Amino acid sequence: MTKKFVSSRRKFLQQSAALGGGLSVGFSIPDALAAGADDKGSEVNAWVVIRPDDTVVIRYARSEMGQGSMTSAPMLVAEELECDWNKVRIEYASANENVRRKRAWGDMAAVGSRTIRFSQEYLRKAGATAREMLIAAAAQKWNVPASECVAANSVISHAASKRKTSFGKVANDAARLDPPKEVKLKDSKDWKLIGKSIKRVDIPDTVMGRQRYGIDVQLPGMMYAAIAQCPVFGGKVKSMDAARVQGRRGIVKVVSLDTFVAVIADNWWRAKEALRDVAIEWDLGANGNVSSAGLMEFYRAGLNAQTDIAVSRRDGDVDQAFASAAKVVEAEYFTPYLAHSTMEPMGCTALIKDGRVDVWTSTQNAEASLATAAATAGVPLENVEVHRVQLGGGFGRRGGGQDFVRQGVAIAKTMEGTPVKMLWTREEDMQHDYYRPASMIRMKAGLDASGNPVAWHSRVSSTSIIATLVRLPLKPPLAPAEGVDPQAVASLHDLPHAIPNVKIEYAQRNAHVPVGFWRSVGHSQNPFMRESFLDELAVAAGKDPYEYRRALLAKSPRDLGVLEATAKAAGWGKPLPAGVFRGIAETEAYGSYTSVVAELSVNNNGEVAIRRLVLGIDSGYVVNPDNVVAQMQGSAVFMLTAMFWGEITIKDGRTEQSNFNDYRLMRLREMPRVEVVLAPSGGFWGGVGEPGQASIAPAICNAIFAATGKRIRSLPLKNHGLTMA
Amino acid sequence: MIKFTVNGRPREVDVEPEMPLLWALRDVLDVKGPKYGCGVALCGACTVHVDGELVRSCSVPVSAAAGKKIVTIEGLAQRGRPHPVQQAWMDHEVPQCGYCQGGQILAAVALLKKNPKPTDNDIDSAMTNICRCGTYARIRTAIHAAAKSMAGQSAAKKA
Repeated sequence: MTKKFVSSRRKFLQQSAALGGGLSVGFSIPDALAAGADDKGSEVNAWVVIRPDDTVVIRYARSEMGQGSMTSAPMLVAEELECDWNKVRIEYASANENVRRKRAWGDMAAVGSRTIRFSQEYLRKAGATAREMLIAAAAQKWNVPASECVAANSVISHAASKRKTSFGKVANDAARLDPPKEVKLKDSKDWKLIGKSIKRVDIPDTVMGRQRYGIDVQLPGMMYAAIAQCPVFGGKVKSMDAARVQGRRGIVKVVSLDTFVAVIADNWWRAKEALRDVAIEWDLGANGNVSSAGLMEFYRAGLNAQTDIAVSRRDGDVDQAFASAAKVVEAEYFTPYLAHSTMEPMGCTALIKDGRVDVWTSTQNAEASLATAAATAGVPLENVEVHRVQLGGGFGRRGGGQDFVRQGVAIAKTMEGTPVKMLWTREEDMQHDYYRPASMIRMKAGLDASGNPVAWHSRVSSTSIIATLVRLPLKPPLAPAEGVDPQAVASLHDLPHAIPNVKIEYAQRNAHVPVGFWRSVGHSQNPFMRESFLDELAVAAGKDPYEYRRALLAKSPRDLGVLEATAKAAGWGKPLPAGVFRGIAETEAYGSYTSVVAELSVNNNGEVAIRRLVLGIDSGYVVNPDNVVAQMQGSAVFMLTAMFWGEITIKDGRTEQSNFNDYRLMRLREMPRVEVVLAPSGGFWGGVGEPGQASIAPAICNAIFAATGKRIRSLPLKNHGLTMA
Repeated sequence: MIKFTVNGRPREVDVEPEMPLLWALRDVLDVKGPKYGCGVALCGACTVHVDGELVRSCSVPVSAAAGKKIVTIEGLAQRGRPHPVQQAWMDHEVPQCGYCQGGQILAAVALLKKNPKPTDNDIDSAMTNICRCGTYARIRTAIHAAAKSMAGQSAAKKA
């Protein structure tokens, strides 16, 4: 159930007072986040707060955008805490307090499928530490050794004296104790919560219409802003004339802020409509003539260049191996720019008052939003709070690039004392993304007389995300080698196959089109190229593509394991109905191993009917199995959308696509049968938000080759006359 | 002044007649369930019921709703009890980010009203709202489950 905001008013007013504002918020907040409203409880440590009524508040530091980590990360704390999951309430950790408390909650970014794999140890330790402190407090009270007490289901008991107490009764004392320096974590065989399908905590609010996203923030006296950015990336406002909208109903003001123009009004629709009547002259900069064809030449030049090439990996001597190979196979692959197209467009609400900045925004990285807001407003980090909300999709768009926060705060700066909610139109969102980079790769392999690869050479030519968006130098340990973007060579630099001579190169060719992290990033494209090319080699060798991979992965047990588990579940090698063909692929991504078998048919009209997609994943441990299944199902839709239709093209320096009519997203009727195979081998923690995407496109394209004899070397499939049946 | 009811409550707005219903609901009446996704009726995130019919509120002028009954995702529950479609959505853990799901649920409710026992093909043609997270397989499962539970409820009522 949702508590109306009044019930947590006291806490909010305390926060507001601390922030120097007398705000009140008019929207109801989800129950899961309303914890601590009436009784703050005792903070046993930064992650665990326990109230006298035994409610356990577990703090969650990263963001929730549908990936389910708001449930699975607290599960790790609860596992070691030995608390009753039904008494758990989840609350976002404050980004402002994270600054003030020397990053007590660590990294707040929900990016790179890293919530579980990068936080699992400190989250489990936080739970174990709190448990030990609660036990110690009870033991002290009873005057018995702590080692004789056990905690289970939020109750501490001492068997010898038959005494019991609950967490809520000793939390206050526990919070005053020094935390133990060392805690022992449970053996995986003793887990009670990890590995069970636990209902996601945010779903009831979503389904009942109570979930609040960045776009839903409502503040007293709030104004609304719509913006127009220079259509050519990197351009600026030259001049602006707002005479036609002056005095129009609801219009407050029109401001020109270097790279964009904002109309501020008492209603977003009025702002957006007025913006159409503001005459803006743009300084397009140097890129007003750039086109997709020109960009293709630019990237191809990188493939052919003799200079400005960085070597990512070099094993053996590929030149010599090619010279003595029985057969050489060579191919060029291409994948296009892609937009994120989160269902909730970019937006940011900001209030600047008395040197303080409050920001409400759908962000994948609250710390980055906070830093961006502070820098834009010119205030210290401690003076900013980023209020947490659910994200209407993220997929990487709301992490690395904080353009929306910069804009929202810049607008609020012109309206000091008044909260302003800025929202992009879908068209702005489509045309001002940090796109998945276009990438061109040349593949070359040498086979010996029996068809085994003895040499592998890949050169990738693309814009570097790290160099242009993150703006860090491409140097180890961030980069695999000097000058190499790690994402650009993903799944190639770490090619796991038994091939003696390998050379992987990167041609950093930075175009003016902004690029960023798009769900699974380099693994959204390179596995398509790698696993399709491996299929080409199997064909050249006259071998079964599954057996060919098996042999090459004999010494890579996790790759091999998931390949075999998936092939077995799919019945690889068993007879298929007439006209139905299979394709297979396997890739490691974000610490998990995935394999896909696709079964499909292609008719004479180029309609691809996917009969079945079998998606296998080995994530090591599985925290919340049903959520892993959901992420795999979602990954299938995301990748099918991309591989069939996804393509951002550039004309006159700007994006040609504008909305879902010309950037088509998959719909329900196109959803094929998807079977998920969880094949956890234990012993490691892999990601699940992104890895599922990696092996889908090559498995489907390899099946299309089996069906038609046509090798797909570029995406999307619509450009090959292929569509979904 | 344009008058209508929202989730059973009489409301009135003093706005331009051409303002889309979505923005009258969201920015004037603070009804945030209907979401902005595309602004041109392609995605369905803004879906509401107007006199029981599915409407993409981003592309309908508020004046067209005068005198009508509007139901949004917030108004689907009866006396605090989730609608059977909402219950099925929870049982099958349908949403991911959830941004489109209010619209998806309202589309499913409208489908089941017209067709209490839809086939997969019926679901395919009726459910055209976009979900970027890719929850389609679960939407399908949940609609079948809701159809079953609603059939059970109406059988119980008759008995």
